[in-house]
Parts: sequence; C-alpha cells; structure tokens
Amino acid sequence: MIQQILFIAVFLGASLYAIKNFSKIRRNILLGREKVIEGDVPQRFKNMALVAFGQKKMFKNMIPAVLHLFIYVAFLFTQIELIEIILDGATGKHRIFAAMLGGLYTFIISFIEILSVLAFVATVIFLWRRNLLKVPRLVKSEMTGWPTLDANLILFFEIILLIGIFTMNGADTVLQSIDPVHYPDTGSLAVSSWLGPMLFDGFSQSTLVMIERSGWWLHLAMVLLFLNYLPFSKHLHIMLAFPNVYYSSLKPRGEMENMPSIMNEVKSMMGLTEEDPNTDMSAELPEFGANDVMGLHWKNVLDAYSCTECGRCTDACPANATGKKLSPRKIMMDVRDRAEEIGNHLDAKNENHKKDTSLALTAGNFQDGKNLFSYITDEELFACTTCNACVEECPVTIDPLDIIMQLRRYRILTDAAGPAEWLPMFTSIENSGSVWQVPDARDAWAKDLEL
Amino acid sequence: MGNVKTMAEMAAEGQKPEIVFWVGCAGSFDARAQKVTRAFAKILSEVGISFAILGSEESCTGDPARRAGNEFVFQMTALQNIEMLNMYQVKKMVTACPHCFNTIKNEYPALGGTYEIVHHTQLLQELINEGKLKVDGGAFKGKKITYHDSCFLGRVNGVYNAPREVLTSLDADLHELKRSKTKGLCCGAGGAQMFKEDEPGDKRINVERIEEILDTDAEIVAANCPFCITMLGDGIKAKEKQDNVMVYDISELIVQSNNW
Repeated sequence: MIQQILFIAVFLGASLYAIKNFSKIRRNILLGREKVIEGDVPQRFKNMALVAFGQKKMFKNMIPAVLHLFIYVAFLFTQIELIEIILDGATGKHRIFAAMLGGLYTFIISFIEILSVLAFVATVIFLWRRNLLKVPRLVKSEMTGWPTLDANLILFFEIILLIGIFTMNGADTVLQSIDPVHYPDTGSLAVSSWLGPMLFDGFSQSTLVMIERSGWWLHLAMVLLFLNYLPFSKHLHIMLAFPNVYYSSLKPRGEMENMPSIMNEVKSMMGLTEEDPNTDMSAELPEFGANDVMGLHWKNVLDAYSCTECGRCTDACPANATGKKLSPRKIMMDVRDRAEEIGNHLDAKNENHKKDTSLALTAGNFQDGKNLFSYITDEELFACTTCNACVEECPVTIDPLDIIMQLRRYRILTDAAGPAEWLPMFTSIENSGSVWQVPDARDAWAKDLEL
Repeated sequence: MGNVKTMAEMAAEGQKPEIVFWVGCAGSFDARAQKVTRAFAKILSEVGISFAILGSEESCTGDPARRAGNEFVFQMTALQNIEMLNMYQVKKMVTACPHCFNTIKNEYPALGGTYEIVHHTQLLQELINEGKLKVDGGAFKGKKITYHDSCFLGRVNGVYNAPREVLTSLDADLHELKRSKTKGLCCGAGGAQMFKEDEPGDKRINVERIEEILDTDAEIVAANCPFCITMLGDGIKAKEKQDNVMVYDISELIVQSNNW
C-alpha cells in the first residue's frame, strides 16, 4: 500500500513536471512566425512512416543505422513492459500481464530482453565511438562542453535503465522458484532465466525481494528521469522527429520561399499591377528576412528542437569540410539556444525586457539587446553555397538552409550589410540584366556561328 | 553573321520554334561557357530541332541575387523575364545552366511563370533514346572519364541518370567519384559564392573537389554547369594539372565525339 501511494505520487509528480516543461517547448516553438503548413496529408503520413518511424534516411550510413535501430526498437518494445510497470505500480499487483498473456508474455519479455542486450551493446559502442574513436562529426568544435556531456549522459542513462530491467527480471526468475504464489511464472526468459540464477542464486528471499524492488524502482525512476530530461536535451528528437517529418516541406527542394510582399511591391513598381489605394504609405518599413527566432517561422524552430546534433549535415557541408566556420548543426543549436533564452526571459517576467513598458511582456513586445546574430556570425552565413548537402543528409528532414537564407535576407535587405563584392553583381543584374557588367551583346556568342 | 535566331526574329517572321534555348548569363558572356553554348546550339541544329534564343530580351534568372539574400533584385529580374516569356507564350525551354533550370522550373511558377523546362543533359538523353542523336563514341573509346554532379541538377532536382546515360553513349571508361550523386561535393560556386571571395578557411572547395578528381586518374571531367566548369578549371590550374585533366561540358563531348 505504501509502495502504491509512493508510486502514484512519484509518477504524477514527474508527469506534471514534464508536462510543464513540454508546454514551454511548445510555447518556444510557437515564438516562430505563423506559417500555414497543410496539404497532402497522405503524403505527410507516408513520409512520417518511412522517415521517422522507419528511419529510412538513417540507412545511408549502415553501421550507425543498425546500432541506432537496436536502441530504437528496444525502446519501442520496452514500452509494453513499462505499461505493465505502471499498472503494477498503481494497482499493487505483480506482473499483471503474466497471468493474462501466458506463453505470449514469455515471448514478449524474452524479445524485449534480447533487444535490450542489443541496445546495451549498441550503447557501449556509441560511447566508444564518441569518446575513444572520436568519430569526426561527433567531436567538432560546437560539441565542446554541454553537447558532449548531454550525449554521454543519455547513453549513461540508457545503460542504467537496462541494468534496472535485468536486475528486476533476474531477481524475479529466482523468486519464482522460491515464492510462486507472489511471483507468477513468466516462463523461461531469454536472458534473465540464466542471468538471474547466475547472479542471484543462494541469496535469501528478503534480499531477493529487495533486489527485485530496486530494479523495478530503478527502471521506473530512469524512465521518469528521462522524460524530464528530454526538454533540456538533444534527446528530444525521440518525440519531435515525428511531427518534424510530418510538417516538412513537400515543395521542390530547389524552391526558396517566395516573398509576396516584395513581389507585389516590385510588380507595382513595374506597373504590372494596379496601385492599391488602401496601401498606407506611411506605414513602418517592414523587416525582410529574419534576425531572431520571432522572424523565423515555427517550423524552423521545430527543426531546431528536433535536432539531435548527430552532425551528418556538418559532415557533408563543403564549407565546413574546407575549414570555414559554417556548420549547419551549429546553426540549429544556436536557434534552439536562442529560443530557450527568449523563453526563459519571458518566464522571468523582467520589466527590462519589454520593448514598450506600457504593454505586457510578450514575444511581440520583447527585447533583450540580442538576436540570432549574437550567436551566428556573417562569416558563417556567407560561407554557404546552398548546395543542399545538409538538407539531403538530415535523417529527420531538418532544413538548415532555409534558416541560413532567411538570415542572409535580413543582413542584405534590412541591414544593407554583407559581402561588398556582391554589390556589383546586384547592380549589374538590376541595370543590365546580367550578373556581370559586360559591354558585349547577350547573343555575341552566336554572331559568327554558322549552323 | 551567324544564323541563330532570336524569338523576336522568329515572331517577326510569324514562326514558332520547337524549343527556346535559355542561354543564361554564363553561357552568354563567359568565354569558357560560350563554347558550351555553341556546342549545344550545334547539336540542336544537327539533330534538326528548330530553336530560338531570347537574345537581348533574356535577363539573369535572379538565382544568385535570391540566394545572396537580395529578394528585390531577384523579383525585378524574374518578373521581367516572366513578362517577356509570357508575351511570347513560351511553352518549352532548354538550358545548359542548372541554376537557370532550377529557378525557372521551381521558382518562377510562384511568380506567375509556368513553363516546361529541361536541362540540356535531359534533352540529350531523350534525343539519344529516340535515336535522333547518334553518338559516334570512337574518339573516347577506353578514355578514363569521371563525372561531377552539380548540386542544382543533382541533389536539388534529382537528375542523376540522364547525364550519366549520355556519357555512357561515348563508350568511354566511366569512373564515379567517391562523393557522387546524393553525396556529390559542391564545386564551391553556388549560393552566389561565384561572385565573392571565400570566407576564411583551410582550402578552397574546388581544390578539395579537384583532389578527389585527380585521385581517379581520369583524363576528362564531364560537368553539366558553367559555374562548376569555371571552378573545376581553376582548381586544376591551382594544382598545375591543366595538361593532364580537361573539364568539358557533356554537350562538348558529344560534339567532339561526332566531329561536328
């Protein structure tokens, strides 16, 4: 009974705290400007099934794909055991599914155990790849400090969680032979039926009960810890990968988002449309492009929160490969860090962060003297060749290029900054319709061509 | 005087071409790319396709301005082009520039310009498949050729096979680069990098690409983009290998092969 009360208290407490932090993330994502993303729902579900659920894009790189798959499938199936733990915890019963499912239970738990062993091996290999082998994309400069600790903590938590499962199941199999009334027969489990006796044979019943309970609580505690760790971690991708793929653009990759405001203005300049008499000419000049999270659209921010910092984008980036500062992964990390910063400032309700002190502090009425350019330099932005390698690589269809282009637009159009060498190109296109200022006629190449 | 006709000339004669050849700025003005333009015009003429260029009525598609962040300049030049193309009621175009190809194909529709446009390697493949273009592969038999995917034809528009199939018709010894197709490495020119100095770094992107190309021991690099051709050519010169490796557009290889 005490255990039940304790379980319900811990479970509800942890869940409520998680909900609070997840709603903050939702709020931070929606700091991004509105953009209606709709259409072709079947295609979107198909993409989600293939890319997020089926991990299709991971399999371009076989070794990490298979190792990742072990952990992912183990995670998915362990949910069955987790549901049982929750039901047991709430009702005070023990292994509630065992009696209900019989032989099927043995099969399911054995399957989970085999997957858990594979996941354990994969986790150890991941720790090795990151810390000893130092796979280049995992140790680039933007990974220094918290991102590397975050990655290692996730792997460490996973190992503890798996130890919890095997402690619980192992002690349970031994207890089944001592006290079959309280410990229902699970059948012969693939791993625990030999691991349990190997570790725990000869222990007294009370010690075994304690070990079993420790494993059970450890598993539960790690799950709840993980749940509450996600909002602060790159590991959030296990949830956000799904909506992120669902909402990913279905347009051709080569199409940059059109800017109807500029298009219409240019059209009216060129006399292609009637001047709208309702246009308020005194209206403040709009800003073009984005200089902060509020200028990006919400899917860009969702992209940032879905990024698990695997670095496939940066690894494929030609600018990064040749020693330039640009790293698409860093762009994504910067957007998330900045969204977090704004979110935290909004929560702190500091008067100093109001643009207009007579109004309430909201995302629209916010200033802290910083923006995305406090994180991302021109040197990074202007190194991009728009080659789309980062977009192609991302296993969860993040589009770093879209963000880079919006920031460029801001630097060029709103700040009138950017590389000076581009000015002659802009002027030349504007004045002579060519990227180069040349005296020749456009068809000079054809003048002496006899076909 | 040459006998390539412009749309204006054709319209004045009450004619309509089968296809409009969108030449682009590089193809019009860059000395190296002009050779590609002439080679492709030659092929069109040899296979008997009636085509017209737009001549002085053609402007930059706006790709480098848009990707540099200057949406105003992009809209100005793009809307001007669309107005002109719509006036001539242009339906079908071909271009030897993957940047022009991408912008007209994917970005002009949102501005009111919808046309069927193919990249010249796609048209060449089509002509070969239909038996209209016969390639006499003798000149390249056994020669080691490698192929560089441009980002805007390959990764951005998913055209990987057409250029490869055209190259196969040359009967050459075709070698893939280590980074090819979806993993193809950029030449370094896209995103308006062509028009500025590199940001500080360890090496130029085209040099990185050339090193990979030199590893194949190929005598010829086939390309499909005027900017790639410039970048790869510069890289080869930087490595002082201009006597060992030549960069050609796929259409130039066809012309050489057929001795046109």
